[in-house]
Amino acid sequence: MTAQILHLARRSVIRTLRQPANWITPLVFPLALMAVNTGGLDAATNLPGFPSDSYLAFFLAFPFVQGALFATVNAGVDLARDIQTGFINRLALTPMQSGALLVGHLGGVIAMGFLQAVWYLAVGLAIGVRLESGILGGVVIFVLAVLIVLAFGTFGALAALRSGSTEAVHSLFPVFFVFLFISSMNLPRNLIETEWFRVAASLNPVSYLIEAIRSLVIEGWNAQALALGFGISLALAVVGLTLSALSLRSRMART
Amino acid sequence: MKGAIEVRGLVREFKGGIKAVSGIDLDVPAGQIYGFLGPNGAGKSTTVHMLTTLLPPTAGSARVGGFDIVKEGPAVRRTIGAALQEAALDPLLTGREHLKLQLALHGVRRTERGGRTDELLERVGLRLAADRKIGGYSGGMKRRLDLALALAHRPRILFLDEPTTGLDPQSRSALWDEVVRLKRDEGVTVFLTTQYLEEADVLADRVGIIDHGRIVAEGTPASLKAEIGRPTVEAMPGEGTTQRELEGILARFGELQPSTSGIAVRLDGQGGLTEVVRALDAAQANVAALHLHSPTLDDVFLAKTGRSLEGSEEPAEPEA
Repeated sequence: MTAQILHLARRSVIRTLRQPANWITPLVFPLALMAVNTGGLDAATNLPGFPSDSYLAFFLAFPFVQGALFATVNAGVDLARDIQTGFINRLALTPMQSGALLVGHLGGVIAMGFLQAVWYLAVGLAIGVRLESGILGGVVIFVLAVLIVLAFGTFGALAALRSGSTEAVHSLFPVFFVFLFISSMNLPRNLIETEWFRVAASLNPVSYLIEAIRSLVIEGWNAQALALGFGISLALAVVGLTLSALSLRSRMART
Repeated sequence: MKGAIEVRGLVREFKGGIKAVSGIDLDVPAGQIYGFLGPNGAGKSTTVHMLTTLLPPTAGSARVGGFDIVKEGPAVRRTIGAALQEAALDPLLTGREHLKLQLALHGVRRTERGGRTDELLERVGLRLAADRKIGGYSGGMKRRLDLALALAHRPRILFLDEPTTGLDPQSRSALWDEVVRLKRDEGVTVFLTTQYLEEADVLADRVGIIDHGRIVAEGTPASLKAEIGRPTVEAMPGEGTTQRELEGILARFGELQPSTSGIAVRLDGQGGLTEVVRALDAAQANVAALHLHSPTLDDVFLAKTGRSLEGSEEPAEPEA
């Protein structure tokens, strides 16, 4: 099964690399948004209690999560396209194990997620951000970024397997975006003055994913933030993977 | 001869109680080409999906290559190759990448994959296009690659679901040649669905005609045609001979049939074409053209269902 997973993951990566929009957008867009927000919100560092002198360092966690979002939707669309074109039937006619399709597909997503994480961190370091958690913290950022991509990826796969429609997967994007923006991406939660927004950001699991990465950049080692970040992303991955596996079973109803 | 495909009372019912396949029986001996003929929506593709393990049957049983399609799905899949109705290919991969992926998923060793890929590409005439992405392939090239993929792991039984639909005559002919070669040289059993009468007639050792999910006729093309009727002779009057005179002569040999260009008679066994020619000669009738029409599989379909297969179409087969 491992070999099957590797072959399918390889295909997933090849597909992504041959669709420049699928890798250029996640590499460029989150950083562009980071540049815009950093320019506009730099004064936020003057707020009493703001946890960093550098808004750039504070905001660096955002591209990791937004990049995961792009990778997820692209992966979901690719899987939905396989269903629409019948390619999934071609795979189903081989001795391939059903789980290999899902894991292989997610393997490709993870590989892309890792490359994105390397890029975001490299750009961040190049423009002056210093990791308070040091080199080991950088490694943990990569691990967490990959876990977040996996967690989101399972939901992209779930949407594809449930709907079998590229349009349905695309429609996830605005939903994910709402989660991203109603989070602590721009300000720490304790500094959000609008109450409903602060409550929504506190209920939003995306806040904790961002805060876990952010803690490694601007604080050092914050056990609570890391536990929440890893715990939530792991829980999302388990739930998404379970639901996706169940959907795959009904989608590939071969005997 | 051991049966490659044995089907008993196979049923597939979809949501809403729609029966796409209503209890069919089939026996395909090893090494034969079986033509499964019927209009769109008759149940051909649903049958293929069940026999290839992609769709569980609602009732009945089937064995493919000696394996039960429900209880031994993985064994069936190792035995068969299939090119389904849509040539499901990834437009972003090349032909070579498709074959290598297919071979890898079938567990073919890495050291053998390159050679086998080259061999298959050569066989289907895609060697020069091997490293081009599928998005740039023509319909015929896609079908040929689809066939190569189905053959990658050297299956004993091959399912081809409407393999020539939409192909130009040259591509169709090339695919027919390959199917015949597979049977002749490699002893592969081929289960071929088609809505083209000519295809079934030319390729198939035996033909099953399916309509509304039921098999309405089965046998060799020759036996099916012989079962439903005799040939028709059609004559066009020449100069100095009237239609009425021709009618009088031809009517002695059988029942007159509608004809747009002359006089046609379905021979009733009292005489053949030779006797008709002698009678025309004896009556000094001048004939501009004389045609002998043998019964076709369309005549068989007409006789069994009351309508012509050409242009006949059922609603599309439902999704599972």
